[in-house]
Amino acid sequence: MTISMEYRGVQKISGPLIFVEGVTNVGYNELVEVRGEEGGLRRGRVLEINRGIAAVEVFEGTTGLSTTGTSVKFQGKPLMVPLSTEMLGRVFNGLGEPADGGPTPFTEDYRDVNGLPMNPYARDYPTQFIQTGVSAIDGMDTLVRGQKLPIFSGSGLPHNLIATQVARQATIVGEEVSFAVVFVAMGIKHDEAAFFRRSFEESGALKNSALFLNLADDPPVERLVTPRSALTLAEYLAFEQDMHVLVILTDMTNYAEALREISAAREEVPSRKGYPGYLYSDFASIYERAGRIRGRKGSITQMPVLTMPNDDITHPIPDLTGYITEGQLVVDRDLHRRGIYPPINILPSLSRLMKDGIGKGKTREDHGPVASQLYSAYSRAQDLRALSTIIGEEGLTDKDRAYLRFGESFEQRFLNQRYDENRSLETTLDMAWSELSLLPESELTRIPDRFVKAYYKRA
Amino acid sequence: MTIQGRIIKISGPVIQAEGASGLEMHELAMVGEEELIGEVVRVEGDLATVQVYEDTVGLKPGEKVEGSGMPLAVELGPGLLQGIFDGIQRPLTVIREITGDYVKRGVKTAALSKEKKWHFVPTKKKGETVSGGAVIGRIQETPIFEHRILVPPNRSGVLEFVAKEGDYTIEDVIAMVSHEGTTHDLRMYHRWPVREPRPYVERLEPSEPLITGQRIIDMFFPVAKGGAVTIPGGFGTGKTITSHQLAAWSDSEIILYIGCGERGNEMTEVLLTFPEWKDPKSGRPLMERTVLIANTSNMPVAAREASIYTGVTIAEYFRDMGYNVAVMADSTSRWAEALREISGRLEEMPAEEGYPSYLASRIGEFYERAGRVRTLGGSYGSVSLIGAVSPGGGDFSEPVTVHTKRFVRAFWALDTTLASMRHYPAINWLTSYSEYTDYVEKWWNDHTEGRWRELRLRALDILKREDELKEVIRLIGPEALPESEKLLMETARLLREGFLQQNAYDPIDTYSSPEKQFKLLTTMLSFHNIASKAVSKGVTAAKIASLQSVTDMAKLRMSIPNDKASEIDLFLEKVSSDIDQLVEGKS
Repeated sequence: MTISMEYRGVQKISGPLIFVEGVTNVGYNELVEVRGEEGGLRRGRVLEINRGIAAVEVFEGTTGLSTTGTSVKFQGKPLMVPLSTEMLGRVFNGLGEPADGGPTPFTEDYRDVNGLPMNPYARDYPTQFIQTGVSAIDGMDTLVRGQKLPIFSGSGLPHNLIATQVARQATIVGEEVSFAVVFVAMGIKHDEAAFFRRSFEESGALKNSALFLNLADDPPVERLVTPRSALTLAEYLAFEQDMHVLVILTDMTNYAEALREISAAREEVPSRKGYPGYLYSDFASIYERAGRIRGRKGSITQMPVLTMPNDDITHPIPDLTGYITEGQLVVDRDLHRRGIYPPINILPSLSRLMKDGIGKGKTREDHGPVASQLYSAYSRAQDLRALSTIIGEEGLTDKDRAYLRFGESFEQRFLNQRYDENRSLETTLDMAWSELSLLPESELTRIPDRFVKAYYKRA
Repeated sequence: MTIQGRIIKISGPVIQAEGASGLEMHELAMVGEEELIGEVVRVEGDLATVQVYEDTVGLKPGEKVEGSGMPLAVELGPGLLQGIFDGIQRPLTVIREITGDYVKRGVKTAALSKEKKWHFVPTKKKGETVSGGAVIGRIQETPIFEHRILVPPNRSGVLEFVAKEGDYTIEDVIAMVSHEGTTHDLRMYHRWPVREPRPYVERLEPSEPLITGQRIIDMFFPVAKGGAVTIPGGFGTGKTITSHQLAAWSDSEIILYIGCGERGNEMTEVLLTFPEWKDPKSGRPLMERTVLIANTSNMPVAAREASIYTGVTIAEYFRDMGYNVAVMADSTSRWAEALREISGRLEEMPAEEGYPSYLASRIGEFYERAGRVRTLGGSYGSVSLIGAVSPGGGDFSEPVTVHTKRFVRAFWALDTTLASMRHYPAINWLTSYSEYTDYVEKWWNDHTEGRWRELRLRALDILKREDELKEVIRLIGPEALPESEKLLMETARLLREGFLQQNAYDPIDTYSSPEKQFKLLTTMLSFHNIASKAVSKGVTAAKIASLQSVTDMAKLRMSIPNDKASEIDLFLEKVSSDIDQLVEGKS
């Protein structure tokens, strides 16, 4: 047992960081307890040690701390969270402490919030189709168990609705087990958090959900720990308790802002747009905690939500996320304006694991080619739409006009659905064939003839 | 005597130790009580800075840092094939046995099994004089791969002893060589520092294409064996699938696949599919000629920096046996970012976008390790390097893409617009290039009916014309084009859908033999000639395009297997007679 050392007074306070002098026997990344003169307990962790000076980030912020009146106690261990299946149905703060006024759940295990990298050799490849009941996802960008599929959105767009609809409707066809939901709020507004809570309550999903809330007015440093506490619970539920866990992380943009704030306070060399050079690795340490492990029953499926600053998909936050996650669902302002819900623009959207989760024996034999044909046809329709605004529809060929009709109908009938509408995959694919049948049969070059014969609806 | 210092500073993966004078640059060091593996990256007085290849959580000032007296090196010998290693060549299979499903730090394990016995057949006798790089024996490592046992490059002399044919472990002495009075034991493996290119006799010009079975690459933007090429592309454009396709189908004897800072599930996919996929030539599982290096994005960042050197050094070792080796590095941007992160921790002056000023020279050094050479053993071998680049925001003007372009001779630009149309591989035919066409032309002319250059230039010309005409259409609409240009648009579409697009998941389409590629392209261009004549006789382009046989032509890539490529010729006759009928109907 190591004796925790207490230090009185700190050398410097800068933003959320404090610098403690003359420390010995302090480990990198270890947990720290900080008390100001008023005596309230705050916690932090060691970010750097340099010649006896430890830089500590304080989760609760440094407001009210002074260089003389602050005492610091090093704990000799990294930040651990208590874990338990009883945490389902409860609400916590970013450090995993109850925030709903209820008692502390009976603790079954303690784990380091940072987790460990999964051995690529131990992973099991995700192949089980998750039916979300949303045509744009099931038909075009299928989600599979163990995948990480983010929603790229913008301010004022209905990403929260989409996320809750998925959380409510997600099922594995032919299995009775429902998903346990771990919901992680990072820097979102109180009413947004209330919306999620209410919608989980209404659908009865709350008893199977654990909510970790770090709201917009909570300290940014705690925001860096929030997803890690939550994912530590998710790993426990999935790989120790055999549960299938869906983790919703919202909003990753706020998380990245907090990371930039700390990085700036540490005077680090910035890379793009002032974000630290390790933003990619830091994101990866969160996103890569999704997956399945060979020989274990449970799984972690992640659906992170992020708002693209100024709707810019090339901004470092969506950009680096897209390089790590297995695809993305892009919410589109133009579709939203035209009243289409969910306004998912399928062209920039992608599900990398779709190919392995669909087809004969999983969804339907024609699923892959149908999705591919819809992509190519919708892309052509969009080009023609732009063209027709310049030269008018009269300048187009008959075939081109068929594409325009297809594009319109695809958006209005296939993409568009109600918030409470839960479509089966069969329905989704049948609707897809109705749309494709608006095109001449000879245009379906991506679909093998036998499927065209079986499903094409001749007028 | 080992040199021992004490930690005074810890910042992420970088630590600094004092009392460490005598440690050398790039020396392997053991850090802390757990003896984490690290590499010296800066020395200054009695201070040494070490990048640590493992997680540094809990490391404390005052803990020891010990030099090993040797640089970071890899073990080269039988047992590499079918293996999956981390960035510093620790086998992930063994790590799993030791630490379970998660990678914990401080694991000490040898890269190659010291227990497994291999059947060694000597090819040299006692008394023969050998120099570095000479082959002294062989092992059938997998049914398709003969592992040649080499004298280490820095050893030579007279063979005092050669073991007779039999089963040995890699630790057994299989030969002894004496030189100027000293005798050295030779084993089936030796170590080589990763940052030092392995020596060869001379570099040769590339002469043969690396056939990948991917039509747009082989036909339009070929890479030669021993070449260097880059695949830049934003996320979702198919870098990884393209890399997987090249790893699966390229006609190299050995494939090195380096997953550098990428997704864990992608490595799992390779691990699951490669044992199932068959090599088109031998019919054996692809895994039997493959070595995997996996340092995924959530594994320690410094080991990511080392992973591409580990990979390319292993590749050079196989090259030195006289084999053609292809290395896929996905993604070199993550390697560059690791370099940036370490540089930032070292508080070096940054150049563009926070990258260190030596980024360009590091990229240059890496790609220069590609090449076709005459080996020390007198045979010919090659290392081809294919590096994926992940430019931030898909912007090809960022530093990693720009510097990489200076050191590679083929550039396969992946295009977001093509990807969103699900046109795969999303290689843009207008912006990609290859400087290897002159080198590989002779091969194509020897192995097909000839006129390869002419064919590809004509096809590329049609595609370029299509792009120009699209601009015109944007102003005046498609109906206003003359019939000859409407036909050109149809042919271009045929080329795009029937030739350039290739479905990696279609069992037939995933690999196209050179013969099939050649015939497909010939057929489409012949069609264009025949149809042009028909158009000049008054047949409309729309009529021709709506012929069933023309529609079917776009699907030949999926309907005709490689071994039936000659059927494509018959198909052309059908198209030709259909068009003739249209002309007759007209007159």
